[in-house]
Amino acid sequence: MASRSKLITETDAVSTIESGMTLGVGGWGSRRKPMSLVRALLRTDVKDLTVVSYGGPDVGLLCAAGKVRRLVYGFVSLDSIALEPHFRSARQAGTIAEPIEYDEGMLQWALYAGSLRLPFLPTRAGLGSGVMDVNPSLRTVRSPYDDAEDLLAVPAIRLDAAFVHMNRSDERGNAQFLGPDIYFDDLFLTACEPGRRFVSAEKIVPTADLLKEGTFHTLKINRSMVDGVIAAPNGAHFTTCEPDYGRDEAFQKAYVDAARDEQSWRAFVDRFLSSDEAGYQNAVTKWHEERKEEKK
Amino acid sequence: MSTSLADVVAVACADAWRGDGEIFASGMGVMPMLGARLARATFEPDLLVSDGEAFFVSGDLPIGGTEKLVEGWIPFRQVFDTLWGGRRHVMMGASQIDRFGNTNIANIGPWKQPKAQLLGVRGGPGNTVNNATSFFIPKHQSSVFVEQVDMVSGVGYDRARKLGGFIARRHDLRRVVTNLAVLDFNGPEHRMRLVSVHPGVSAADVQANTGFELHIEGEVPESRGPTAQESEAIERIDPRGLRHRELPS
Repeated sequence: MASRSKLITETDAVSTIESGMTLGVGGWGSRRKPMSLVRALLRTDVKDLTVVSYGGPDVGLLCAAGKVRRLVYGFVSLDSIALEPHFRSARQAGTIAEPIEYDEGMLQWALYAGSLRLPFLPTRAGLGSGVMDVNPSLRTVRSPYDDAEDLLAVPAIRLDAAFVHMNRSDERGNAQFLGPDIYFDDLFLTACEPGRRFVSAEKIVPTADLLKEGTFHTLKINRSMVDGVIAAPNGAHFTTCEPDYGRDEAFQKAYVDAARDEQSWRAFVDRFLSSDEAGYQNAVTKWHEERKEEKK
Repeated sequence: MSTSLADVVAVACADAWRGDGEIFASGMGVMPMLGARLARATFEPDLLVSDGEAFFVSGDLPIGGTEKLVEGWIPFRQVFDTLWGGRRHVMMGASQIDRFGNTNIANIGPWKQPKAQLLGVRGGPGNTVNNATSFFIPKHQSSVFVEQVDMVSGVGYDRARKLGGFIARRHDLRRVVTNLAVLDFNGPEHRMRLVSVHPGVSAADVQANTGFELHIEGEVPESRGPTAQESEAIERIDPRGLRHRELPS
């Protein structure tokens, strides 16, 4: 019997997202972010999202588009540029109605608890810090053993939808990371309700080819964790997608520069984000060509 | 030839890891990274240092260098495991710090709607209650060394003491290195203490640039310069002189 292909487009994937949902976005900072899916989401009228992310430009763009009501984050950064301009503006303007700021490790624990269908997982990370002050709903739990230590009970996060970007995937969602770190992408998928777990990949390959470019250790995402697969060459642009490509630092800088004021941001959106993914990729190619010309 | 400020600071950063043995020496930013690699290259050879991405590297990897001699894999998940297990000493930055070592990298002004949103708390809360933590602050001034931080992203000694138990017992903020001085938390009740002043800086200068009263015991010694072996190692690890860009003399 022929195996079931889960190949869909970014547009198909985001058409299942509804306002008010909880969306998890994989990657880390400005590294291997599922940007083509995020860009597709920008083109919808979905709003009031709860976004869970080790945040980078995914969070920035969704904030700039006014789609984020709650944000669960430990940081939002572009790595080589420390501060994400749109996230900063949104926080400083108070437009994220419910920011939920966690320690980085707490975020992992929340997703892991969600994955294991546990109500919480205990940790010391967060205790005594401002995280406890700004999240008054957080509770501690006492160890039932002789130590009787009070630990932070990080509440589980369950996601309605998850986006991650991988280097390779087969049509069924057996997906592969070839770079230095999977980050927490597997947990975003396992913490998500089945139905809207989307994996975009640089290249869709036959199942038989999955071990041609990496060892079995790189196969951390199996098809039971995935509902839809999207072919997305350069889909993480402008973030890193090692070893396929590094960060487009020049473009990232242009993104940050454009965020300076409303007019330049409007121009950036018009030029890069107002058509579909192919339009975006063409506009980026053209932008690089023009820069090369200017340098001559 | 007089020693540059950057080299004094590099050595002061390296000294943070003195005696740590076979643990993960993690430096956030140019100077802490140089410090960790310098310590490993000289007096603390068992330290593990990373490339800042996902690998433990052996040998003297220059800052920004790509020719890596990989000796292990340390993706973020293993970083969390390692630090929660206490086998790490991190040196990170701080936009604000108080007398007990509460630090802030998250935001300036009220958290609800900050005047300036910075990074967010990142790994600060977990770092400071789980593994040894030091700080590097390139510009020592009263707006950074404050009475009270706006958001506690890193837990100080007063807060750790209140938690009691394991955290109070193990809580370990090691030192603060700045462009003016070296400080630690060995004052009364773990208040910040002035350990040494860099060449040309007086204890009064440091106090004048600190927004709370420092604990100062008698004559404060001068921060040491690098040994000949350390100077050689600094050149190997930072051949492009990135440290001088961060801390001009």
